Amino acid sequence: MKFTTTLLVAIAVALASPALAQDAETEKAIEKYRQMLRADPWSNPGFLDVDRGEALWATARGPKNVSLEQCDLGKGPGKVDGVFAELPRYFADADRVMDLETRILWCMENLQGFSAADYVKRPHPGGGQPVKELGAMATYVASKSAGMKFAAKLSHPKEQEIAALGENLFFRRSGPFDFACATCHANSGLRIRLQGLPYLADKKESRQVVGEWPAYRVSTTHVMTMQHRLLDCYWQMRMPQLQLGSDASVALIAYLTRQAEGGEIAAPGLKR
Amino acid sequence: MRIKIAIAALVLAASPAFAQQKVDPARADAAIKAAFPTAPADWASRLVGDQTMQQCSAAHNSPAKDVADAIQKREKAAIEYPPDNNFMGDWQKGERLAQSGYGLRFTDYPPRNPNGGNCYACHQLTRKEVSYGTLGPSLLEYGKLRDFKPEAVKTTYEKIYNSHAALACSTMPRFGTNKILTVEQIKDAVALLMSRESPVNTGQ
Repeated sequence: MKFTTTLLVAIAVALASPALAQDAETEKAIEKYRQMLRADPWSNPGFLDVDRGEALWATARGPKNVSLEQCDLGKGPGKVDGVFAELPRYFADADRVMDLETRILWCMENLQGFSAADYVKRPHPGGGQPVKELGAMATYVASKSAGMKFAAKLSHPKEQEIAALGENLFFRRSGPFDFACATCHANSGLRIRLQGLPYLADKKESRQVVGEWPAYRVSTTHVMTMQHRLLDCYWQMRMPQLQLGSDASVALIAYLTRQAEGGEIAAPGLKR
Repeated sequence: MRIKIAIAALVLAASPAFAQQKVDPARADAAIKAAFPTAPADWASRLVGDQTMQQCSAAHNSPAKDVADAIQKREKAAIEYPPDNNFMGDWQKGERLAQSGYGLRFTDYPPRNPNGGNCYACHQLTRKEVSYGTLGPSLLEYGKLRDFKPEAVKTTYEKIYNSHAALACSTMPRFGTNKILTVEQIKDAVALLMSRESPVNTGQ
């Protein structure tokens, strides 16, 4: 474990270095780190947030001072085992389709009395900061579907509508660079600088990568959730700050989940 | 006959194109507007996109020939040329802007640096820089391969100023038309590609 930590620090330092020629070495070091993680999966720092998320889930919090153990993520109040594998889904009480993070936030607002409007102002951590409460709980819940396959039904008319919207937005060019998700993710084997890009318009590659989120990111030393991943993509696309829980964010997650159907969930994953 | 129609309907429903058609453009526009509530007023055009972007999005970047021709004609007309018709700037400045991805992100305001062109994000340019992307073709020896011809200098300026003028629905940004780079910066990028002294062409 100590060696793991040392190597992790070495990777973080290497990633922060402007000497780009080191990137090939960095990639090798990360691959070695990944191999070590496979040998000892519990050494992924993301599990610290799984534990933190589990404790937060069960703790009485918010103006109403209750836990989230009455929160229904789709399989009944308080059920967390396997729920992530069937999200996003339509929730009759909210009359909308929600992904995991959007649903937990809904519960924080409706059960615990937190203000969702306040929470979404700064929902994600800066570099070096740990993932926020919502993200930690999402990481915990997602980890309770690890080893299962994505099996969201997406059969309710509103589920079908939002997945179709997600596909539309995946190809929608926006911003001064004319970028769409498809600009970087509609071909196989390409990269930005040295960073490989998954071919998300392809089901085979989607099945391999979508299940790794939420993931611990070595370069930013924190867990990044799928909502945060999308925000970061739009930031690179020179778009404004993507609102956590917005229909567009849920739509893209529904589309990606449909693309990844049958792929194995491996959350928390490990990313560059 | 009825079976044939049913089968045709099933095939149609299963095709991605059908899923695409089901989305009302007004619904997509409204979803995007609602998803970016902190967008400053002068960013409205970032959310909607112009006619070229809308046509490329709808066609999944493979427009029919007549649409592609119309896009190229329109974008070619949007190119502004240097008044003195000198398209070559300073390759060293060009190398700096090829390295920089700074600019126009919501964390880049107020601007602290000039915008970058971020060429290396997608292209190989010099042997020295090994951290390059592959979304675009390698540009190693770009000028040498074109015999440093003056016509190629102009074509390169046009390609960087507005990539869609030569290839409708190109993945490359329209650096001049969309005001990402200034005319002077584009000239510097042209020099990086086309000057004999540039490491792109000297093999360094």
